Amino acid sequence: MKRHLLSAADLSRADAELILSTAAELRELADRPIKKLPALRGRTVVNLFFEDSTRTRISFEAAAKRLSADVINFAAKGSSLSKGESLKDTALTLEAMGADAVVVRHGASGAPHRLAHSGWVRSSVVNGGDGTHEHPTQALLDAFTMSRHLGQGQARSLDGRRIVIVGDVLHSRVARSNALLLHTLGAEVTLVAPPTLLPVGVGTWPVEVSYDLDAALPKADAVMMLRVQRERMHGGFFPTAREYSRRYGLDGKRMATLQDHTIVMHPGPMVRGMEITADVADSDRSVIVEQVTNGVAVRMAVLYLLLGGSTPAVGGEE
Amino acid sequence: MSEYLIKNVAVLGGTPTDLLLRDGVIADPADAPADAEVIDASGLIALPGLVDLHTHLREPGREDAETVETGTRAAALGGFTAVHAMANTEPVADTAGVVEQVWRLGREAGYCDVYPVGAVTVGLDGERLAELGAMADSAARVRVFSDDGRCVSDAVLMRRALEYVKAFDGVVAQHAQEPRLTVDAQMNEGELSGRLGLAGWPAVAEEAIIARDVLLAQHVGSRLHVCHVSTSGSVELIRWAKGKGVDVTAEACPHHLLLTDELAATYDPIYKVNPPLRSAADVAALQEGLADGTIDIVATDHAPHPHEDKDCEWAAAAFGMLGLETALSIVQQTMVDPGRLDWAGVAERMSYAPARIGRVSDRHGRPVQVGEPANVVLYDPGARRTIEPSESASLSRNTPYRGMELPGRVVATFLRGKATVLDGKLA
Amino acid sequence: MPAPPETQRVVLDAGDIQRALTRISHEILERNKGADDLVLLGIPSRGVPLARRIAERIAAVEGYDVPVGSLDVTMYRDDLRMKPARALLPTEIPPEGIDDRTVVLVDDVLFSGRTIRAALDALNDIGRPKAVRLAVLVDRGHRELPIRADFVGKNLPTSLVERVKVTLADVDDADAVTIQTTGQEVPA
Repeated sequence: MKRHLLSAADLSRADAELILSTAAELRELADRPIKKLPALRGRTVVNLFFEDSTRTRISFEAAAKRLSADVINFAAKGSSLSKGESLKDTALTLEAMGADAVVVRHGASGAPHRLAHSGWVRSSVVNGGDGTHEHPTQALLDAFTMSRHLGQGQARSLDGRRIVIVGDVLHSRVARSNALLLHTLGAEVTLVAPPTLLPVGVGTWPVEVSYDLDAALPKADAVMMLRVQRERMHGGFFPTAREYSRRYGLDGKRMATLQDHTIVMHPGPMVRGMEITADVADSDRSVIVEQVTNGVAVRMAVLYLLLGGSTPAVGGEE
Repeated sequence: MSEYLIKNVAVLGGTPTDLLLRDGVIADPADAPADAEVIDASGLIALPGLVDLHTHLREPGREDAETVETGTRAAALGGFTAVHAMANTEPVADTAGVVEQVWRLGREAGYCDVYPVGAVTVGLDGERLAELGAMADSAARVRVFSDDGRCVSDAVLMRRALEYVKAFDGVVAQHAQEPRLTVDAQMNEGELSGRLGLAGWPAVAEEAIIARDVLLAQHVGSRLHVCHVSTSGSVELIRWAKGKGVDVTAEACPHHLLLTDELAATYDPIYKVNPPLRSAADVAALQEGLADGTIDIVATDHAPHPHEDKDCEWAAAAFGMLGLETALSIVQQTMVDPGRLDWAGVAERMSYAPARIGRVSDRHGRPVQVGEPANVVLYDPGARRTIEPSESASLSRNTPYRGMELPGRVVATFLRGKATVLDGKLA
Repeated sequence: MPAPPETQRVVLDAGDIQRALTRISHEILERNKGADDLVLLGIPSRGVPLARRIAERIAAVEGYDVPVGSLDVTMYRDDLRMKPARALLPTEIPPEGIDDRTVVLVDDVLFSGRTIRAALDALNDIGRPKAVRLAVLVDRGHRELPIRADFVGKNLPTSLVERVKVTLADVDDADAVTIQTTGQEVPA
């Protein structure tokens, strides 16, 4: 039985397309007067957040509530590494509460995997972002947003579409999940970053890698800008914010080299002026606000497909 | 004291013969008294008592993980008659007082001889030399110095330590890990670390220090020991240094001879160790280096941790795994059974050589022959056993071999003629 | 025990279906006194093409395009938890909405009534119709809830070991209603 969503790699193409088509139906709910469905009545979804992330938590919370689930928000403050709240003890508490699904956000890569496989809990585990590993629901909502703009009709296909992901790939869970999922969905992914911000072994990923943003932009159907934290500068990953922006930032001039249909995305939160200028973020090409709306629909689809029936309909874990 | 007449035992796997253990030494079996306890050792081999140059006994300070008593019990069950206890205790073994305490605890426990390792720098902080001479002159007679767990990364300090220990024939055992290249490092850096989002521990961080240290040792004419070599590049560097005549020795750990970094994909910190599990190519290079003598010895890096330090997310977990009770089986599986080493080679790498490096070969690491100290292991290479953590004599349970079937079983261990293990159980 | 052989017989052919739908269309118009305020909502999957065909007939008679949509009831089903999670089917509410209109739900087979119960709940979350009617191509009986159809193409008394299958040219090969006899009871 498939129970968890831990990595975008867990999803087959059929799984991913089912989630996206389900999300497409649920997206319509946002336009109705009563934004609620009874599918998860009596189910309990716990948002277990070891890291602050208001936007992801709210998105999952809205998704669960619109499906009539009971939602418990559990903010385990402080990092896992400070020996305060242990993941295990928290998990045992949740188990005692009868959680049907745990959405876990954690600073340690693999924490959701550990939660799902340690025998601490019986519930479904949804990875809400773990360390520098993955953020599969973000990738799903990005793919969903792309398919609404670029997909051919109902097919939801991204076959052959060129997606350029720019920025701090090394520390980005969004980039990892997107690279895996977009490849599964047939898109051609190009990662653009300074060599210092690419992980060792990226050559084995199912993607193209480039150091040259200007060369990659004209062919792109979608451009996703990743957040670059200024602190990385102190790690010596790049010399100055100014040099980073000049080489890898998306500004109006670069935007002008895009094809007419090309969309600009950002998983948020944005660092305006660093990886993206305000005029680009606020332009017609920007689908950043829409990404938020789509996030709720996609997370509803994931929760419904994992919890709605007697057994989950998607996911790769036994 | 009992006298043991061991019948039909294959010394170093050779032709079966008899051994008499009497008065702490190996004696002529023709002199066996009628009331000697007879052990039928048909099918068993005899090896010299094993010597571990790299054990963490955790006492003082972390008696919740291991004590000298429980750690030496585990050692005896693994066939060891001597262990070198690493200095990263709380307080750190950086004074004569602490090393004498550990030494005394070992004598009281009586399961094997405990030789404390002294810290190179005060508090393992890598800033100033500990009182190495005082530790050398203490009752513990320290000859091996190491900041293990941390690297003596300062080149000048390392040079001084290498020079200083020459006065008492000591050796610096380096934990080779360039600290700036391994900030927050979690696992071997490679394709997998990138995929799993775990910070990488690159091979170059080990190799850069080894390269520097062999050049330093050559420059100042000192002897150097390299702890837990884990990469093929390190093996190459040590091979090169030995070719140049540098007085360097090196150890490999059983887990690095068998396990690979693929296990990190489970995110189960039972596989988290420092240096990390490496690639299959590194494992092969270590096996080859151990076979050709580039790597001198096997050392366990037995590192007990309480359950809660492993029953958590990977990044929060402690580094290290148990090793004493499984070391000989792993060496059999990875080296003997595939034909890379014979039992004489095992004796060299797990007894003679570590005793020489630790400067304890007046008592340990001696041949199994008449007139030598009766430190002997009887081992059944034909047995097979499934590893069950709860059966360990260690206080801790963090073995990465849980559920694995391994070859061989220690049947008996004798420390100066006294059985510490008989019939595979503590005597 | 070997299962009895499955048998299959056609109870309505393409012509029967055409005539039934035409009659239903006229009955709807009569009952509603015209096409004003009507909204037809088909229940996926086969209720949707049936609703469209009825709308075509009404347009032919009245010269007025009745709004047609679809109403997926998957999430409102009372047996949702008894099977693996199912893919959703389209819900398309016509832009005119359903408030203060007469909604005619259209489905292929009326059996236990549970699907219609779910549809009424689903409608409740979408708006407040003036009235809700039910049109079905086949009523095979065995109701488990106090629900009846307002417009029926054919009443078809069946046994619980029989399965009623509707195929429509829009989605299947051809128009037909068949009854299959199976070895065991068919879940309602």
